[in-house]
Amino acid sequence: MKICVLVKEVPDAAVQKRIDPQTMRLDRSGENNLNPFDTHAIEAAVRFKEGDELPVDEVVAVTMGPDSAQRALQKAVALGADRSVHLCDDALLGSDVCATGKALAKVLESENPDLVLLGQQSDDGECYTIGAVVAEHLKMPSLTQVVGIEVEGDKLKCERQAEYGYDTVALTMPAVISVGDAINEPRYPSLKAIMGAKKKPLDTKAIGDVGIDAAEVGDTGSKTTVIALNEPPAKEAGEIIEDEDTAETVEKIVAWLDERKLI
Amino acid sequence: MGGILVYALHDGEGNFNKNSLGALSEATSLASDLGAEAAAVVVGNVSDDQAQSLGNYGVTKVYRASDVPEGLAQPIVDVMAKIIQDDGFSYALFGGGLLGFEIGAGLTARLDAGVTMEVTSVKVADGKLVSERPILGDSQIADVGYVSEPGIIIGRLNAFDVKESGGTAEVVDVNVELSEWSTRAEMITRGEQRGEDVDIEAADVLIGGGRGLGSAEGFDACEELAGAFPNGAVAATRAVVDAGWYPYAAQIGQTGKTVAPKLYLAVGVSGAIQHKVGMQNSEAIIAINKDANAPIFEFSDLGVVGDLNKIMPKLTEALKARKG
Ligand SMILES: Cc1cc2nc3c(=O)[nH]c(=O)nc-3n(C[C@H](O)[C@H](O)[C@H](O)COP(=O)(O)OP(=O)(O)OC[C@H]3O[C@@H](n4cnc5c(N)ncnc54)[C@H](O)[C@@H]3O)c2cc1C
Ligand SMILES: Cc1cc2nc3c(=O)[nH]c(=O)nc-3n(C[C@H](O)[C@H](O)[C@H](O)COP(=O)(O)OP(=O)(O)OC[C@H]3O[C@@H](n4cnc5c(N)ncnc54)[C@H](O)[C@@H]3O)c2cc1C
Repeated sequence: MKICVLVKEVPDAAVQKRIDPQTMRLDRSGENNLNPFDTHAIEAAVRFKEGDELPVDEVVAVTMGPDSAQRALQKAVALGADRSVHLCDDALLGSDVCATGKALAKVLESENPDLVLLGQQSDDGECYTIGAVVAEHLKMPSLTQVVGIEVEGDKLKCERQAEYGYDTVALTMPAVISVGDAINEPRYPSLKAIMGAKKKPLDTKAIGDVGIDAAEVGDTGSKTTVIALNEPPAKEAGEIIEDEDTAETVEKIVAWLDERKLI
Repeated sequence: MGGILVYALHDGEGNFNKNSLGALSEATSLASDLGAEAAAVVVGNVSDDQAQSLGNYGVTKVYRASDVPEGLAQPIVDVMAKIIQDDGFSYALFGGGLLGFEIGAGLTARLDAGVTMEVTSVKVADGKLVSERPILGDSQIADVGYVSEPGIIIGRLNAFDVKESGGTAEVVDVNVELSEWSTRAEMITRGEQRGEDVDIEAADVLIGGGRGLGSAEGFDACEELAGAFPNGAVAATRAVVDAGWYPYAAQIGQTGKTVAPKLYLAVGVSGAIQHKVGMQNSEAIIAINKDANAPIFEFSDLGVVGDLNKIMPKLTEALKARKG
């Protein structure tokens, strides 16, 4: 069987993220990285391949993104994916969730996976909806924010937290699952794996290669439009203490609490 | 102009979720501005009385699909997609939580519809709805509109206030055939409570513990610190509850509790939006975090940049010494 893992390139955690007021899109010119939440999805896939509960032949990392997103795929391969697919086309620029979901579903269809894994959220858009959108297009059952998966025949028994506590849901494969970050502790890639990643197959596809209609994606295919960007109401900045001398730090905290009659 | 369809989530026995009730109130007021109607949709075990009671939040009609189980998104996508198409609704609205994200996302695909999420407010402009959607760690607010109908709006937790108007609604039973793939997910258990049933809502001071504590044992230090305050208790993030370090009953945020104590002291908590929404109305917020760029410092009144393992024990000691 085949597991596809959806991974995304996002601005590095250290970058101050901003929207380019000209294009109304995220400025991706700074340092980028593999979405940290996606490392948990890769780890989950690789553990299935290493274990004997599921007969996994292949783990394929799939992304949609600009040229630079190749590096996110290489990271995914260094973390254990066997190969990767990069959907890269100028026509995709500016895709919203509706358009992105359609495009990703088309690439996935071309791979025909038995299981699709995703991260709990992207660190930039934070829409946490892509999993359920893709599942609907692929006509597969799905669940998001899953923190435990048990294999039972062709069913995956998944646990996740929802509004009233923990739910246990059995999905019959093929299925789409977004995993929460508590599902596992991702490994660090070995130096050998990092070096080897560039040699693993990376398939770059344009929209026409997977049957995506240009009118369905990008700005033209998007169903939402950003009308304006506004500043949130101004809020008084909090006080910051850098802990250099802990005794002094504690004294300051106690004084702060005292002043506000909190002790 | 079609109306606004709101999904009313319940616990399986027809006790509706507060965020859904807020969404009903919001939809009612928006619909009246649009010159349209707001309606609710419920699935599963909901009695006539319970369904009619949703009229108290302004809606005049409640669609009920009794055969469809509550708690799984895809069957509800089937139900809502059919109602939206048959009766020509222009928008679907969801209160904050989790299931609304999944159902809203499913409708996006099914109906080729635009979606906005984490929406804190909705306004009417030129006869259409526009979502106010905070982005990038709440550093900016985007006004997002829809280029076609329907538009899907998923609210942020606690975004919409519940307003009671005293009406009662007409109940319309609907039969919907489920898609094949919607029947391939089966709920085995729903709403399981993990860990002790701790009470955090009555506390004046909450010590909020996160993954920075490093292990379940890290919570012992939190409990000691909480004990050093008058009426203190310990709360937690989803990351540590999912990891089994602390009970679910103590979890704050999008799929946990909403609290507003006199003091919320966060230790080893990054300050993700989904956590923030459950504690941002605390009277005072202190954060101890070793990462100066942690988002929590953006909404703390006092931020302490440092190692919690060094600071917490000394702070506990100092507070205990004062208490005598
Ligand atoms: C600040 C900001 C706000 C936005 N708000 C909206 C909005 O309100 N409505 C809207 O329709 N669009 C919005 N978008 C656009 C949206 O983020 C993109 O369409 C995006 O590709 C999908 O959403 P996400 O990354 O937030 O996905 P999420 O659903 O948060 O991502 C979950 C998982 O899906 C996978 N994934 C996501 N994107 C890709 C990809 N390109 N390639 C491979 N795997 C992927 C990853 O595994 C990821 O962990 C916004 C974008 C930004 C930058
Ligand atoms: C749909 C959905 C619903 C969600 N619902 C919730 C919810 O209800 N509640 C919730 O909390 N989250 C929720 N989340 C998860 C949320 O996005 C975050 O993943 C989570 O809140 C992070 O928990 P954390 O702060 O404990 O961990 P992390 O984000 O890992 O942060 C740990 C922090 O500890 C700091 N740290 C580490 N070591 C030390 C040290 N020695 N001293 C000081 N600081 C240290 C680090 O700098 C870091 O900032 C939800 C997510 C999604 C997608």
